[in-house]
Amino acid sequence: MMTTNSKADVIVVGLGWAGSLMAEELTRAGLNVVAIDRGPWIDTSTHTPPAVDPDELRWGIRKELFSPPKDNTLTFRNTLDQTAVPQRDFGIFELGGGVGGAGFHWAGMAWRFNPYDFEIRSKTIERYGIDRAEDGELQLQDWGITYDELEPFYDRWERIAGISGKAGNLNGEKIEGGNVLEGPRSRDYPTPPLKTLRSMEVFNEATERMGYHPFTIPVANISQAYVNPLGVSMGACSYCGFCLGFGCGNFSKSSPQACIFPALMRRSNFRLLTESCVTRVNKAPDGQTVTGVTYVDAHGKEHVQEGDIVCITAFQIDSTRLMLLSGIGQPYDPRDQSGVVGRNFSFQTVSGVDMWIEGEQMNPFIGAGGLGSQIDDFNADNFDHSDLDFLHGAGMLTLARDGMPISKANKLPQGSPRWGSGFKQAYKDHYQTYTTIFNQGSSMPIKHGYLDLDPNYKDKFGQPLLRLTYDYSQSDRNMAKFTMDRSIEIAKEMGAQHITPFNFADKPFTTSIIASDHVIGGTPMGADPRTSVVNPYLQSWDCHNLFICSASVFPMNSGYNPTETVGALAIRTAQAIHQQYIQNPGALVKV
Amino acid sequence: MNRREALKSLSALIATGAVAASARASEMQGYPSNLAVADEFLPRPAMDGGKMHVLTDETALKTVTAVFDRLIPADDLGPSASEAGCIVFLDSQLADRFGQGAQLYREGPKLPGADELTQAPQFIATPRERYETGLKALEAYAQQTDGAAFADLQPDRQDEILQGMEEGSISLADDINTKAFFELMLQNVREGYFSDPIYGGNKDMVGWKLIGFPGARYDYRLYADRVGQKLDLESISLIPLD
Repeated sequence: MMTTNSKADVIVVGLGWAGSLMAEELTRAGLNVVAIDRGPWIDTSTHTPPAVDPDELRWGIRKELFSPPKDNTLTFRNTLDQTAVPQRDFGIFELGGGVGGAGFHWAGMAWRFNPYDFEIRSKTIERYGIDRAEDGELQLQDWGITYDELEPFYDRWERIAGISGKAGNLNGEKIEGGNVLEGPRSRDYPTPPLKTLRSMEVFNEATERMGYHPFTIPVANISQAYVNPLGVSMGACSYCGFCLGFGCGNFSKSSPQACIFPALMRRSNFRLLTESCVTRVNKAPDGQTVTGVTYVDAHGKEHVQEGDIVCITAFQIDSTRLMLLSGIGQPYDPRDQSGVVGRNFSFQTVSGVDMWIEGEQMNPFIGAGGLGSQIDDFNADNFDHSDLDFLHGAGMLTLARDGMPISKANKLPQGSPRWGSGFKQAYKDHYQTYTTIFNQGSSMPIKHGYLDLDPNYKDKFGQPLLRLTYDYSQSDRNMAKFTMDRSIEIAKEMGAQHITPFNFADKPFTTSIIASDHVIGGTPMGADPRTSVVNPYLQSWDCHNLFICSASVFPMNSGYNPTETVGALAIRTAQAIHQQYIQNPGALVKV
Repeated sequence: MNRREALKSLSALIATGAVAASARASEMQGYPSNLAVADEFLPRPAMDGGKMHVLTDETALKTVTAVFDRLIPADDLGPSASEAGCIVFLDSQLADRFGQGAQLYREGPKLPGADELTQAPQFIATPRERYETGLKALEAYAQQTDGAAFADLQPDRQDEILQGMEEGSISLADDINTKAFFELMLQNVREGYFSDPIYGGNKDMVGWKLIGFPGARYDYRLYADRVGQKLDLESISLIPLD
């Protein structure tokens, strides 16, 4: 028997970073908001306190904070002529298992995208000509919004999250020690950078000698006590290193739980439904608007929640799948590039080196999820691509993240035994000497990279799984090789005796090998409804009271982590809803 | 009511369905007032008591013990895998969610070519089932090639077989992915040797002491400035000190 709940002003589907930021803005503006999340309630102090959190096996290896493939997976193939197969074990899709979404277990790198990203098509054509933007394989498109338009919302998110870092570009003025290649910022970070640990020191010295511009990565593992604009208190990071895949019982890793829930949950106009999985968004008979959502609760019972506005704020693959399952917008067809829903899936194109520097004492167990040093000298369009066979680039970083003993057992110089007494000796000798350079490469959308519904495999509700068809573009492969070669040079300059380069893009793409977990696209934003699912306010071109805020709206992926850009877009969209849409419901962008 | 009794009565509730529905609040308004640590988030310690729960077949137990002790042998650097509790660890893991494949998507069919396409072996079988079939096949292989139990072979010969499994140069049986079974055992023995002792392995934190990992520590602020220095921190575990 289906039941219908009392109507809400706004329904938020998924209470991760995007959902909680939107709910916070909208409830503060006086709207009645109900958030529906498929996961249970989890919180920092009650679920991952210091007595529970430092446990690599459970959280790092078994990934018990993640939504398991049993409940959330998809099928995958490289090319259109293959039959897709399900990803059965954990792979690149690291969805959150509870409220807070992936924002609860994330590592905490807090990046703004580069100005080039938002106008990648226009700026590429402007600097290199149309042949580079249209090479027959790539599907480049602008976001319909510029960096400068998003800047105030980046700033707002950094204030809410308490981000630790140092500005390198304040209103155009370059500042030593910060990222001098970043887009202009209106003000500095709310808290100073974390400490510079040993791997970072060695990286900084080497890259400076080589003429590059190293800086400390801005992080959501915050450096000192802080009270955010919502009145929520955070504490200083203790460098425990249990961040990526873990909760934080210390109130020092920014998350919806640590930064927003204490304010949001106390609002009388906010309601949260947990363990309730939205299975479709319901369209009005005329197809011009949506009326609400249908969800299944923990006991398998179906409900309808009606609302004046629906915001899909789920993880990238879920947001895209929900649009396809709901029949909103025309599905993308890769053969003639018609339709929009499912297009522009992109990943990250990762290469780098593992290295061992004899005699070093890295103390790798002292760290924080996002902590490290980076150079952006080979990221975005910060270097001339005229004579190169690729676009964009990679953030090249070293990490001071963790010294997890199970996973680090794989990090031994080439030729080391993997088992036996030789393994024990090698691991003892090299645990302290290991470090890495990770090239977090951009990913350009391609015409044949897309998401649709799988014809064969179903989820626990009997609904089709999402199907991913994707492989790296030649441009991305060339970029990964180029940045890998640069990282080998840096590793040599760092004094490494053993260097093992890696390049995930020298083989076909796969969902099974975790090169990165930053998946984007499927419902891209843009100014042209022929190539985008939502307009620059993340409003559906098809149903004006439906908004999508998720990494699914990115039309391409940059050489950075996506979270902050999702956060900034969420705040911007929520403000557009209560400042513009409520007064005058209808399309916020006319074409 | 102690914790065990509380858990029992909870599972009785779930079994009756309708009662569970009302006992399980899914609608929340206001900040939760219960600030106690959630029971299901506390570590699930290894089940001890000296008997095996999953590895109950004597031959299989001997075989896996022999394998684990070649993968991590006793030597000058410390005890072997089984001496460090890795068999207790494995048995406990196989009895738990991991062994049950509780997190895996296990809907069929598994299509031919799936492993090549994903570049990783895909399984519908649970890890528990994979150990059961894999250990049986390994023992049968040893009986066939050497006419003796795997556990009774000389260490050099055991290593030779394990190396063949690792490289994929030998196949234990047609329906066994031999290479993947080797990787499963290698992964699990490392987990046992290097995870928190609360899970049954890493006895006396021998794995952590081997490499100098300080364990379940939560605050390094006092040490973070001593960059590049040897710290010699004592390892600590999630198991509360008496």
